[in-house]
Amino acid sequence: MEDFMSEKTGKSDQVSRQPMPEQKPEIRRRNFEEVPFGYTEELAVKEAERCLDCKKPACMNGCPVSVNIPDFIRFIKERKYTQAIRKIWERNALPAVCGRVCPQESQCEGECILGKKGTPVAIGNLERFVADLERKHGKGDLPPKAKSTGKKVAVVGSGPSGLTVAGDLILKGHDVTIFEAFHKPGGVLVYGIPEFRLPKEIVFSEVNFLERLGAKVECNVVVGRTVDLDELFEQGFDAVYLGLGAGLPKFLNVPGENLIGIYSANEYLTRSNLMKAYLFPEYDTPIVKGRNVAVFGAGNVAMDAARTAMRLGAETVRIIYRRSREEMPARAAEIHHAEEEGIEFYLLTAPVRFIGDEKGRVTGMECLKMELGEPDASGRRSPVPIEGSKFHLECDMAVVAVGSGANPILTSSTKGLGLNKWGYIVADTETGKTTRKGVWAGGDIVTGSATVILAMGAGRMASDSMHKYLALGW
Amino acid sequence: MAGGTVVLNEISAPLIAKKARPGQFVILKANETGERIPLTMADTDPKKGTITIIYQIVGKSTSLFKSLQVGGSFQDVIGPLGKPTHIEKLGTVVCVGGGTGVAVMHPITKALKEAGNRVIAIIGARSKDLLILEDKMKAASHELHVCTDDGSYGHHGFVTDVLKEILAKEDVKLVVGIGPVPMMKFVSKITAEYKVKTFVSLNAIMVDGTGMCGCCRVSVGGETRFACVDGPEFDGHKVDFEELNQRLQAYKAEEAEATNKYTCQCRAER
Repeated sequence: MEDFMSEKTGKSDQVSRQPMPEQKPEIRRRNFEEVPFGYTEELAVKEAERCLDCKKPACMNGCPVSVNIPDFIRFIKERKYTQAIRKIWERNALPAVCGRVCPQESQCEGECILGKKGTPVAIGNLERFVADLERKHGKGDLPPKAKSTGKKVAVVGSGPSGLTVAGDLILKGHDVTIFEAFHKPGGVLVYGIPEFRLPKEIVFSEVNFLERLGAKVECNVVVGRTVDLDELFEQGFDAVYLGLGAGLPKFLNVPGENLIGIYSANEYLTRSNLMKAYLFPEYDTPIVKGRNVAVFGAGNVAMDAARTAMRLGAETVRIIYRRSREEMPARAAEIHHAEEEGIEFYLLTAPVRFIGDEKGRVTGMECLKMELGEPDASGRRSPVPIEGSKFHLECDMAVVAVGSGANPILTSSTKGLGLNKWGYIVADTETGKTTRKGVWAGGDIVTGSATVILAMGAGRMASDSMHKYLALGW
Repeated sequence: MAGGTVVLNEISAPLIAKKARPGQFVILKANETGERIPLTMADTDPKKGTITIIYQIVGKSTSLFKSLQVGGSFQDVIGPLGKPTHIEKLGTVVCVGGGTGVAVMHPITKALKEAGNRVIAIIGARSKDLLILEDKMKAASHELHVCTDDGSYGHHGFVTDVLKEILAKEDVKLVVGIGPVPMMKFVSKITAEYKVKTFVSLNAIMVDGTGMCGCCRVSVGGETRFACVDGPEFDGHKVDFEELNQRLQAYKAEEAEATNKYTCQCRAER
């Protein structure tokens, strides 16, 4: 049967995509261990063999950092894993992260030719496989580095875009220092994305990789407060990259929002992830463990918060979203994982106010049912309240995950940096250059809340431009 | 572990010492598993490269801070954070400090005097043994009043009693109140009666201290503000002290659990 099929249709498309082995929902919903286990070698090779090795690989067009996907997959087919990881490193310093958190379905895998008729090659799973293998069993080889240029670069923010810039420029021979405001490097990869989706050990290992290449990491430095941009230039830095992230939480602005037990997603996730409040009292930072939890918003961050609350022992966790399922911005896979874990979805529902007890703790909320009206500025049909649809929901903890704005700490204390009307930094879309000489910016502080890989794409673009500047001038 | 003990730490932090202004705070973390705790600086010495913090032992984190030996180190010190106090020459100003709030008040008092104001300082504590920085406050002001709740030293009663007397007879342009929430609340209440502009420094619970998480949100004039980046100082007449007080109790049960566990461990190790 197999022979017959392969003669007739080519050998690849009859083997279906190898599913990722993962923890069962009823188990994982109560622990913080990573959900997928990762491919075994056999699964990885089998999956790699599905790749048609197209002459004009569409998958690469879908990758914001242009990883040479067919080449690294070919190395997996040949079981040459060290060469596979080296191939990825040429374009991407954070493969273990990207293999886990990139929205592959709308990027590389979304373009894969196999996906037209069946299922695309599991590029993300394969990337993760080689990155994990290297981390666990690799010899710690480093990619080749250009000889020193004597130029100093400051990277402000150690999130995905900053790490990308640092990785690129260190390989090109520049002297790179990363400044991080928190006490640990990694930015959103550490404070935002939960352990069960991205184990922190992986982020630290990726940062360590950059340190072994020679990058310096200075934590506890709030640029804009501890030092400012002018001082960095005075200290001899030749170029600065601002990858600050979008660190200003948005709230719902409904009455009662300051009751105890209502968190911004940033606070809730930072407590749990960075401060390890899920391990309280082994770690000192506490967190409210809700029984009935409401999470507002339907993006990836909302899913992360909801699934964290479930793992902290909640009986019910409800995602409350004022639009319908179609408009939910989260990745399909994240929504699916959340549903499997028992998260409930209250769609077309909007909060009106929170209700609290005499101690100022949240006990419930009033909501309204919505219907979809005309499309708004974003092109999405805007929700309109249904009259007389008010109803009460109990909740003893709530997380507001409706996005972030631009944090003004650095931008308000820095001269010559152009900002748009929302306070985001104005940067050239081709180069990442800001209005100030020698300063580049990228990631959420330019675009507003987006994804890890888009931030990395912005970092890649900026690092090319920075390298040119350091060699040739502004 | 003596609850209520007041501790002074001088910390080597040259970058922060160079930048810090009166009214700003730092975030401290004792060790790997520790919490991030915001404390307003009591003093800085840019030449020596040090900052000074003064705090009362109230739970596990402050106990951990105290357990650090001279020559040891906090794992993390971040700052300077928050907006500095707005210092200008106004005329007569009154600085009211209660408990360890006196420590925070000291650099502000000094700066107000240096700016050419006539500075009257009122400091208070529960009892004489908890009173701090009397000499320094005396030097930093033109006139110093000392109060203890139990009458063990100075005026027997609250700082607000003395404040009221001063407001009745002097043309006061500004009052700065820093201390426990009830004290700041009553200072603001009294100054509102006399229509005297009042600033208070809010000690909300924080995580990052850079405006990123919104943990420290306070209601000021009906609007939500972040104590870490919009403050820590706000118009005392507009602050919702009830809400602040409730939010400060958010983790009371967890704090007790952590403190008990820590105390038992310490005993066992002894």
